[in-house]
Amino acid sequence: MASPSTRIDDGHDMDSVNSGLMREKLSVLVVDNDALVRKVHEKIVSKLKVAKQVQIQTATNGKEALDLHLSGSSFDIILMDMQMPIMDGTEATKELRAMGVESMIVGVTSADARADKEAFTEAGLDQCLAKPLTADKIKSLVETLEKNK
Amino acid sequence: MERNNQLQRQVALMRQSLFDQGYLDEQFVQLEELQDDTNPNFVEEVVTLYYRDSARLIASIEQALDKSPLDFNKLDSYMHQFKGSSSSIGGRKVKTECSQFREYCRTGNGEGCIRTFQQVKREYSTLRKKLEAYFQLARQAGPRGAASRST
Repeated sequence: MASPSTRIDDGHDMDSVNSGLMREKLSVLVVDNDALVRKVHEKIVSKLKVAKQVQIQTATNGKEALDLHLSGSSFDIILMDMQMPIMDGTEATKELRAMGVESMIVGVTSADARADKEAFTEAGLDQCLAKPLTADKIKSLVETLEKNK
Repeated sequence: MERNNQLQRQVALMRQSLFDQGYLDEQFVQLEELQDDTNPNFVEEVVTLYYRDSARLIASIEQALDKSPLDFNKLDSYMHQFKGSSSSIGGRKVKTECSQFREYCRTGNGEGCIRTFQQVKREYSTLRKKLEAYFQLARQAGPRGAASRST
């Protein structure tokens, strides 16, 4: 079983116009059993420069995501894939909410997952987005996070 | 220098033809935009992961198609994953064939699945050959400057 990985990006030296107003830290958990998707989403988040420090962790299924929280980790945004082995996104979301996790949990689904999407959303998602994610979609999540502070 | 410019032009033309002929879509451009000096081979790394995933999924689907009766749920699940991976790298034609296969799974059409799977494999094989040729030429040409990345 792959262990969760962590990556920290220091966004200090970028040329953003709003660097003075930028949040200090953003922590994101990418939960997906597909290594390709994890790599792409991790890269998108790391390039965004929406915070002075961006910390990204990955997990390969819902159980790993749960274990991270049980060991004391917390995140601003959790990008949760729906279909995963061992523990899927719907169950993981239910468990996280039952544990009292209040992070923004964003479901990530393929376009043709209509039927299960409802159950996934009702499990406690803040939003559900279609794969593949883009920089604009993730930027907009951070903006929502800022608005709800 | 002139030779390098020529190679860069060939790379650009080859890249454009992949879009013009419908093998790749906008998602490939999204991957290119993620590539930078800190990760100069990002696109090729992602595509290599795609080849690895694809080999595994194709083998699983082949095995599943050998069984009788066919387990359409299992077949659909494998193809869902393959479609997702193909979509993540912008593999447009492969994605289309995957959708067709899934439609046959939905209607329980075994012959349709078997027939379409051959199409899936053909499109995947073509895409892989074209991408391998593209990356090989790109490596020969070296890093490009401010080349246009429009589709």
